[in-house]
Amino acid sequence: MLQSTDGSPQTVAAPTEQASYLTDGTSVMSWLNTRDHKRVGVMFLALVMIGFLIGGVFALAIRVKLLQPGPFLFDAMTYNRLFTLHGIVMIFLFMIPAIPSGFGNFVLPLMIGARDVAFPRLNLGSMYVYLLGASIALWGMIHGGVDTGWTFYTPYSSTTTTDAFPVILGAFIIGFSSIMTGLNFIVTVHTLRAPGMTWMRLPLFVWAVYGTSLIQVLATPVLGLALLVVGVENTMHFGLFDPTRGGDPLLFQHLFWFYSHPAVYIMVLPAMGVMSEIICAFSRKNAYGYNMIAYSSLGIAFVGFFAWGHHMFVTGQSSVNAGIFGVISMLVGVFTAIKVFNWVGTMYRGSIQVNTPFIYACGFLYFVVFGGMTGIALATVGLDVHWHDTYFVIAHFHFVMVGAVIMGFLAALHYWFPKMFARTYHDGWGMVAATLIILGFNATFIPQFLLGNAGMPRRYYEYPDKFQALNVASTTGAAVLALGLVIVLIYLVVALVSGKRCEQNPWGSKGFEWMTQTPPTTSNFEVIPTITTGPHDYRTNDNSAAYGIHHV
Amino acid sequence: MNEFFRKLLFLPEQASTFAAGVDHLHYFVALTTFIMALAVGVLAVVFIALYKRKSETQTTPHVEPTMMIEAAFVSVPLVLFLLWFAVGFRQFVEQDTPPADAMDVYVMAKKWMWKFNYPDGPNSVNVLRVPAGRPVRLLMTSQDVIHSFFVPEFRVKKDVNPGRYTQTWFNATTPGKYEILCSQYCGAGHSIMRGEVIVMPPAEYQTWLDNLKRSPLPQDGLNTDIEKVSVNSSLAEQGRRVAAEQGCFKCHTIDGTKFTGPTWLNMFGRTEKLITGEKIVVDEAYMTESIMDPLAKIVEGYAPVMPSFQNKLAGPEIAALVEYMKSLRTDTARTTPPEGPLYAPVH
Repeated sequence: MLQSTDGSPQTVAAPTEQASYLTDGTSVMSWLNTRDHKRVGVMFLALVMIGFLIGGVFALAIRVKLLQPGPFLFDAMTYNRLFTLHGIVMIFLFMIPAIPSGFGNFVLPLMIGARDVAFPRLNLGSMYVYLLGASIALWGMIHGGVDTGWTFYTPYSSTTTTDAFPVILGAFIIGFSSIMTGLNFIVTVHTLRAPGMTWMRLPLFVWAVYGTSLIQVLATPVLGLALLVVGVENTMHFGLFDPTRGGDPLLFQHLFWFYSHPAVYIMVLPAMGVMSEIICAFSRKNAYGYNMIAYSSLGIAFVGFFAWGHHMFVTGQSSVNAGIFGVISMLVGVFTAIKVFNWVGTMYRGSIQVNTPFIYACGFLYFVVFGGMTGIALATVGLDVHWHDTYFVIAHFHFVMVGAVIMGFLAALHYWFPKMFARTYHDGWGMVAATLIILGFNATFIPQFLLGNAGMPRRYYEYPDKFQALNVASTTGAAVLALGLVIVLIYLVVALVSGKRCEQNPWGSKGFEWMTQTPPTTSNFEVIPTITTGPHDYRTNDNSAAYGIHHV
Repeated sequence: MNEFFRKLLFLPEQASTFAAGVDHLHYFVALTTFIMALAVGVLAVVFIALYKRKSETQTTPHVEPTMMIEAAFVSVPLVLFLLWFAVGFRQFVEQDTPPADAMDVYVMAKKWMWKFNYPDGPNSVNVLRVPAGRPVRLLMTSQDVIHSFFVPEFRVKKDVNPGRYTQTWFNATTPGKYEILCSQYCGAGHSIMRGEVIVMPPAEYQTWLDNLKRSPLPQDGLNTDIEKVSVNSSLAEQGRRVAAEQGCFKCHTIDGTKFTGPTWLNMFGRTEKLITGEKIVVDEAYMTESIMDPLAKIVEGYAPVMPSFQNKLAGPEIAALVEYMKSLRTDTARTTPPEGPLYAPVH
């Protein structure tokens, strides 16, 4: 299976700064038709960032409307379309593929000492399937849009006057991309590990992406099924969810959350993996409790499948069901707590340097602790009754899921940017932007926790006047958050064009992906390395011997 | 203390018997969250300050947690979370179990309004009047999509689904007006699907009810086309008319005689054996289900011949029909105080 991706045998010329995956063919076609996991990863990153931008614009439009309690700017139907599209774009176009398909593609084979993923063509195919699904969904949004909310609850979604079908079809197709990438990573981790790369030497990012891939492969078909049935119901009126014809609207919620709850971990687990890498790298320490962090990734992936009912506590679910789903949901919290404690433990007796990625890691810890604890609070069942479908839930999942993904994504972007392009960005601006983003995020969502406490339901175009002050505060926070993100965009584009060239391992990291040339050659390694120790072993400065990767 | 935390967290007034308990758990959860987060945060900051990088070539020792530490990492959050759960789940079960002496109100949700039917007469749109200090059970269904009944001051919320009944209850403690919000997204008018609960002192409520029965004055809110049942007649009486119009008496008797279908006399609360061997108690949910989907649960000794009344009956008509069937009982079957409706908990 170890073959170079362009099919040609590798010549033994010593790698130079020029010979890298970036320079191996510079035509547009050489990118569009590449088999190189790194190029696929970079293209995925570009695509998901476009998704992030579109979803962000929708979010800002919503926030600006909510400055006023009454009708303002646009009508209720437009507002309903906007929050639906915000959700769909952010979840399906950005958060689900962002870290696994983008960074996972780029660094996973480098980390395990492979020349590429197991199925390079499938990998490229995954990107085009994503592109197709995203295009169809965006086309559907422009042509009429859809107003069902990203949750597509029946019977509303099967009776809506908007044309939900193209968007549902788009999400359905993107699901295939998710499955293809997940499958590819599972096979890659099983078959393409370098000699000596035992399971317990796998970098924790790989463990996290592996857990994610299992969820993608097992859960996404259920989403496909649910969306397909809603699409059929919507266009052909089968009546599966229509109570007037003996259907059951709650059946859809079960199918939907059976995917969409594990999907939260498709988004969050890779971000947790990124944190494990970054906290080790910037603390120059081995991961404290490596086994526990690794197993907790699998634990989250597993119990995540049995927690979906906590989205349905007030649907009329029996108390027994609610209790079971509540307790299972808490186990996710326990696994997450294990990770959090071990990350902090990793800093103990380390050698800590604070750079931009580390600031995001601290922000991540904060969002996961607070967001996670509010999740446990919701799983107490009794408290959920008041909070259910209010802004508290919005704030909760933006903290724990969106906060984690944005922190993870930006941390990964800042950590691996030099690896990808051998250029550095302005670390000072990086830290300013990171601080703005974290503060802005708090200013956006802390008022929303309070709005939920006060009883403001979600998806409200108009709201009682008493909620206005907190809404204005939230919108102000969103503006700060947006400003931070614009700064990131500017200095990264500048860095991409004219950033200072950097050496092979600017962070002094002992993550395996840094042991090869920066940026890597198309085939990643001159010789497949033999691994003799775990990742992030900072007991010595000598990389080649104690570290185990023998590169020229 | 209670008021301080309630205002700090922007929680609304506590106007039901649940509210204070739910809020106390809320404060406890918020406090422990802050303590845990503070502990983690302070430790991280201390480590960052204490273990600042000293040189570019600094090496660090390999540190692994001991078994004790690992056990603590698992058990501390687990015990804390289960403690929260133990309190919260009790509250949920309480909210899910209406007391036997609760007063019933039927709730019909429709894009974008709330309709309330009282078994003993009046009905109204968007305004629910209840006496203070008395448990009120809401039996709710929707005519179109899913809605959700939410009164923040009561800390009560329950989805209102089409094609099935859900129930919730509350005991309002403080007279006043409280907003009803729809919290399940239901389309363009979702955010204006709001109503009002008016909690009245019991005496005032009784006066209002008596006046209403005496004079044909218009009800609260608007009379709309969803009002297929006329106002000011008792719900059971309306149910009797619906039954007659729909031809129910062709198969069901009200005098205790078994006919094509079971008699309605003393049916409510009876334990029946199904053809599957399973035993069920006839309650509102079973009666509603048997009207909508008669073949789902057939009682032993009867043929599966009853047609479905899905789409043939509006929500209020079903409510009236159920109330009528509940009213058909001989005195020996009366087991609860006579002033309250006979009630069997829905399992």
